[in-house]
Amino acid sequence: MAEKKWMPRWFYQLASPRWCYQITGKLLPGFAVAALLLLAGGSIWALMFAPADYQQGNSFRIIYLHVPSAILAQSAYMLMAVAGAIGLIWKMKVADMVLKSAAPIGASMAVLALATGAIWGKPTWGSWWVWDARLTSMLILFFLYLGVMALNSAIENESTAAQASAVLSLVGVVNIPIIKYSVEWWNTLHQPATFKLTEKPAMPAEMWVPLLVMVIGFYCLFAVSLMMRLRNEIIWRERRTGWVRELLIKQ
Amino acid sequence: MTMQTNSEDLQRQSLSGLFWATCRREYLLSFRRKSDLVNPLIFFLMVATLFPLGVSPEPGFLAQLAPGVVWVAALLSTLLSMDALFRSDYEDGSLEQLLLSPQPLFLVVLAKVLAHWSVTGLALTVMAPLLGLMLFLPAEGMPGLMLSLLLGTPTLSLVGAIGAALTVGLRKGGVLISLLVLPLYIPVLIFGSSAVQAAVTGLPLGGYLALLGALLALALGLAPLAISAALRISMSS
Repeated sequence: MAEKKWMPRWFYQLASPRWCYQITGKLLPGFAVAALLLLAGGSIWALMFAPADYQQGNSFRIIYLHVPSAILAQSAYMLMAVAGAIGLIWKMKVADMVLKSAAPIGASMAVLALATGAIWGKPTWGSWWVWDARLTSMLILFFLYLGVMALNSAIENESTAAQASAVLSLVGVVNIPIIKYSVEWWNTLHQPATFKLTEKPAMPAEMWVPLLVMVIGFYCLFAVSLMMRLRNEIIWRERRTGWVRELLIKQ
Repeated sequence: MTMQTNSEDLQRQSLSGLFWATCRREYLLSFRRKSDLVNPLIFFLMVATLFPLGVSPEPGFLAQLAPGVVWVAALLSTLLSMDALFRSDYEDGSLEQLLLSPQPLFLVVLAKVLAHWSVTGLALTVMAPLLGLMLFLPAEGMPGLMLSLLLGTPTLSLVGAIGAALTVGLRKGGVLISLLVLPLYIPVLIFGSSAVQAAVTGLPLGGYLALLGALLALALGLAPLAISAALRISMSS
């Protein structure tokens, strides 16, 4: 691999479960501290110091949870599909494990986005649920996650399960834009858009800077929980190898 | 070396010959088990019967509901028939032979799905006006209903076949398929039922039919790839 100097050494080492376990072990504390600081700082800033909305008052503050979780739900699906493609093409075990570990996190982010949206919708729109295009496509994204998770748990052979869920998540990725646009057109057909989330008034910086902090914090949190799940998965799948046994004896 | 000459021999057979041979086999198999042919159609009819009983027998109300109900019923009965697509081939080992054969799997899979569609989706399309009558769909809506089903059900079959291929090795495949495939069916449902509604209200429906056609073209090009990959994965364990 000497000719591949343009690629840092640790990058292709990630393909080996053992090295991946060690590298994530080194990265984990840093990301954990960053997630803690950003989320704590962002929440305090967002909840106490950001100005209240002139129309919605304090109820708007839930967007500091809602927007990051919605962004994460989408990013996690993309990550899952990319990991699936890598796993299918290069047959990398670690990519399979990333796919399996990312699915439940993405699904829980989608649930969080839907729940916070509902809680915000009750005082603002007067109902928990509106068949708005964005809500509906988030719900469908959640269903796609559930499908991947169900398929993964239904197949007993680990490598078959990983490949099958990789195919499914790739099919889902092709479909996500189609679903998104079809739902948007459907919404404009069936009912006039009474409530529009898309055209927000331009936020002042005091409002969006804490939001940005929260988004970055959520990404760090995602990285932390992904790495923790991944490390568990690595230990479990490599439980018959020598290095895992040594590791267990040491502890 | 015998295998080399053998595969060369096979490749001399034209690809269209392969396509039609697969179709012919599918038709023979399905017409020998007639109950499998009729079951999705009976299901289609029964689901549509449930709606007046469950909601309201009032004609005006049902007419409003009809486009969506017929489309949802067609979608569900396509889904129901999907599980059998590869199951018997898997059980008697002929699926393994198909995967081992030197012919392009893309074409074989496409032929299988299209043959399957012509005995389910096409039959549903022909039967749809009956359901339209039962649900008081205005006569203006009928051409829209049939055209949208004609363009939409092949997409449903192609996408459903991905789910069938992924779950073919599993004993409890039936429920799982619906979980995997239903979210992917949503665009077809939206455009299909919108086309019927546009036809009922006298709006032009060319746009919806074009969108359904675009989805079909996309599915024709990409779904067989996913189906073949999924079949190979399912058979590898």
